[in-house]
Amino acid sequence: MKARIAAAPYLLWAALFIIIPMGLVGWYAITDMDGNLTLDNFSASMRFAPVIGSSVWLAIIATGICLVIAYPLAYMISRKSGIGQRTLILLVMLPMWMNFLLRTYAWMTLLENNGVINRLLGMIGLGPYEMINTPGAVVLGMVYNYLPFMILPLYSVMTKIEPLLIEAATDLGCSPWETMKRVILPLSLPGIATGITMVFVPSVSTFVISVMLGGGSFMLIGDLIEMQFLGNAYNPHLGAALSLVLMAILLLCMVITDMFSNPEEKEGLLL
Amino acid sequence: MTKKQNSFTSNLYIFIVMAFMYLPILVMIIYSFNDSKSRGAWAGFTTKWYADLLQNESILTALWNTLIVAVISSVVATLLGTAAAVGIQAMKKRNRELIMNFTYLPVMSPEIVMGVSLMLLFVMFGVDFSLFTVIVAHITFNVPYVILSVLPKLRQMDKYLFEAAMDLGCTPLQAFMKVMLPEIMPGIISGFLIAFTFSLDDFNISYFVSGERAQTLPVLIYSMTRKRVSPEINALSAIIFVVVLTVLIITNLNDVRKEKQLQKGGRRG
Amino acid sequence: MNNTNTLISLRGVTVEYDGVVVLDHLDLDIKDKEFVTLLGPSGCGKTTTLRIIGGFTEPSQGDVFFDGVKINDVPPYKRNVNTVFQRYALFPHLNVYENIEFGLKITKLPEEERKKRIKEMLAMVGLSGFELRRVNQLSGGQQQRVAIARALVNHPRLLLLDEPLGALDLKLRKEMQIELKRIQQQLGITFLYVTHDQEEALTMSDRIVIMKNGEIQQMGTPTDIYNEPINAFVADFIGESNIVDGVMIEDYLVEFGGRRLPCLDGGFGKNVKVDVVIRPEDWEICKPENGQFRGIVKSSVFKGVHYELMVQAPGEEEEWMVHTIENHPVGSEIGLILTPDDIHIMNKMSPEEEAELVSALEADSILEDGEESDEE
Repeated sequence: MKARIAAAPYLLWAALFIIIPMGLVGWYAITDMDGNLTLDNFSASMRFAPVIGSSVWLAIIATGICLVIAYPLAYMISRKSGIGQRTLILLVMLPMWMNFLLRTYAWMTLLENNGVINRLLGMIGLGPYEMINTPGAVVLGMVYNYLPFMILPLYSVMTKIEPLLIEAATDLGCSPWETMKRVILPLSLPGIATGITMVFVPSVSTFVISVMLGGGSFMLIGDLIEMQFLGNAYNPHLGAALSLVLMAILLLCMVITDMFSNPEEKEGLLL
Repeated sequence: MTKKQNSFTSNLYIFIVMAFMYLPILVMIIYSFNDSKSRGAWAGFTTKWYADLLQNESILTALWNTLIVAVISSVVATLLGTAAAVGIQAMKKRNRELIMNFTYLPVMSPEIVMGVSLMLLFVMFGVDFSLFTVIVAHITFNVPYVILSVLPKLRQMDKYLFEAAMDLGCTPLQAFMKVMLPEIMPGIISGFLIAFTFSLDDFNISYFVSGERAQTLPVLIYSMTRKRVSPEINALSAIIFVVVLTVLIITNLNDVRKEKQLQKGGRRG
Repeated sequence: MNNTNTLISLRGVTVEYDGVVVLDHLDLDIKDKEFVTLLGPSGCGKTTTLRIIGGFTEPSQGDVFFDGVKINDVPPYKRNVNTVFQRYALFPHLNVYENIEFGLKITKLPEEERKKRIKEMLAMVGLSGFELRRVNQLSGGQQQRVAIARALVNHPRLLLLDEPLGALDLKLRKEMQIELKRIQQQLGITFLYVTHDQEEALTMSDRIVIMKNGEIQQMGTPTDIYNEPINAFVADFIGESNIVDGVMIEDYLVEFGGRRLPCLDGGFGKNVKVDVVIRPEDWEICKPENGQFRGIVKSSVFKGVHYELMVQAPGEEEEWMVHTIENHPVGSEIGLILTPDDIHIMNKMSPEEEAELVSALEADSILEDGEESDEE
């Protein structure tokens, strides 16, 4: 059928602005400033292993915290009445519609040395505490910004769990805890996998939260990449190699969540 | 645990998480009326930051840029994406899967990598950063979302509808306009809205392709937070929050009303 | 066949998908104002035949003629043919009136004429007053009527119907069968009807075409096909049958079930193995001592109008299915008599053919012919 031709403009667009740019990243990663083939960029990337490691570590912590906060919340929302669910989900989504820079900026106001929290603590004779420019502040920023990305997929799988199933489990002798473990948790695994990806990807690649709440002294892989293209360290070849490293990390994350969400495929992967 | 206690704990928990999500925003709104440059101390009520904001040339320019980029890029992305979805749906399974795989690429890969890759492209071919480059970038990351929201509608559509239209005398083009388009319209509209909001909100990609002269609002906000503390940002946040809240409430009320009408209609029929 | 009033001719039409032959050199003529049914199990090529005529599928080989003109390359929207689709394919964004009006608007018929025709059509299908209803608020039977009206309002020369009653319940299906026949006779339009339901075919058709594996098995009037099935496949597909092994001793004499009985068939040769087909309602029941066969009633099931008995003689292999109006209790002994015209002799099926028959009859699904299998 001729209908296939309708995809042609998109295919052309994607080739020009997705495939070729990705190819350029690959090309830059394996060449030096003079255009010679080299693997130096990757070995140089390895010098930043501590930065890469701490990016991954902070992103894992932030993702874990999001999961712990979001899971019970999503479950509770999913057991509310229709209007209650609607309103609460709207409340969850509302902050997402505000630019994340503004939300992060709000936390700067709160966490600064002479910020709102320290002033309030000062009134009752505590502090001041050094809160901003710490890894904790960066994790807080990630959790705050990306929490809705964890709540929404969890909520959407949980609303699909029929209340009858839970009643049936109770009827068959499950305590509330066992019902959670044996019925609700297995059924919500796909939502967990999606949520983890949706929080981990932006967390591990952010270059703004670390600058605003980490004070710039505290670097993540996203900051490294940004510096190579727009910062003082200008070296797009190294930046391209770092980008590929970041992609590889994310690919690994997706493979892991896939294994975790689909036990049948897991067998295939292990064999 | 009794049911009552249960719902009390759950309500309390929901309240705490919501407080975590909204307190920072609330604090910003309060401080947007604070008559002091410093962020901590309260020095009396003022609306001067709002007045300053509205006279700030660079903010107004950035706002204008943002809107132009959002409108153009979401319209183009909707056209490209809808056509693409129709084409992809008509393909054989293997080609369809192949194309869907690289359609997912921009959705799944980190925004910074996409920003960087487009920056390299423009630098390589000597294209100066301008609104044009920003628009191209936005179209690129928006098209997949349009495709992903139109495709399910096409899949749900009774595949004989198209043939039925041809059977009744439509040329293929007429059949598309008169039958297919109305069927997939909800998907096209939601794809457009997603594209529009993503475009309004994007910072990570715009940052790499906007240069000095084509700053969008998020890019400008970023440079403002880097230079010095400006209470105008608080005012801006407050305004954006109120606008978003209003839009969401209106659309939501609209949805509820439509649903009620539908229920009534259902009972009548 | 009288060539002057032939409306549609298929000549050597073959359809292949990825090397799978769906239609194999099909020749078919449909006369003007005829009600023809394509009947066969799923996958037999009947829907593909319909789609060839509608213009939705291109033949890999062969020609299609409409009124003597070759129409292979004519797109569907230029053919004077309309289709009633399997699951109706009504346009959900339009109401009943707009659905029926659709084709007339495309051909730019004046508004007045459109109104008149739609009114007539709605009256004919019994949906006057439903103009402004949304189509998804209608029942299955009502949707069916809209689909028929939407097709017929364009006054096609030929109406194609693709298992149009498949989604309806039994009672509604029976009503619609009678109604479709009435509409066809009233309008004098040629109907080409596709179904896998033999009863539907027998009720409505002037002529039935029985298909299997992309080939025509038999064409004829319902009576011909029922009474003189050409092979065991047709016999078993049309109605229920006892099919047993037999030997043609000589012309007009057959041996089966341990008896030699006179029959009306000849020309098979002497001592040739054959299949013997006996319709369950053809048995005559008598006292045990008067029967050609005698046996014990093993089971008896009431089927609404008749009883279905399974009868077997002690020590004999064959079990006979017998339909009778009068019940005989399980365990009682009865006699069975056949007259020569009750015995139908068929060429022996090969074991493969037999296996195919069994699987075709078991495949009870309403899944469509060949080409749809590549969809998910």
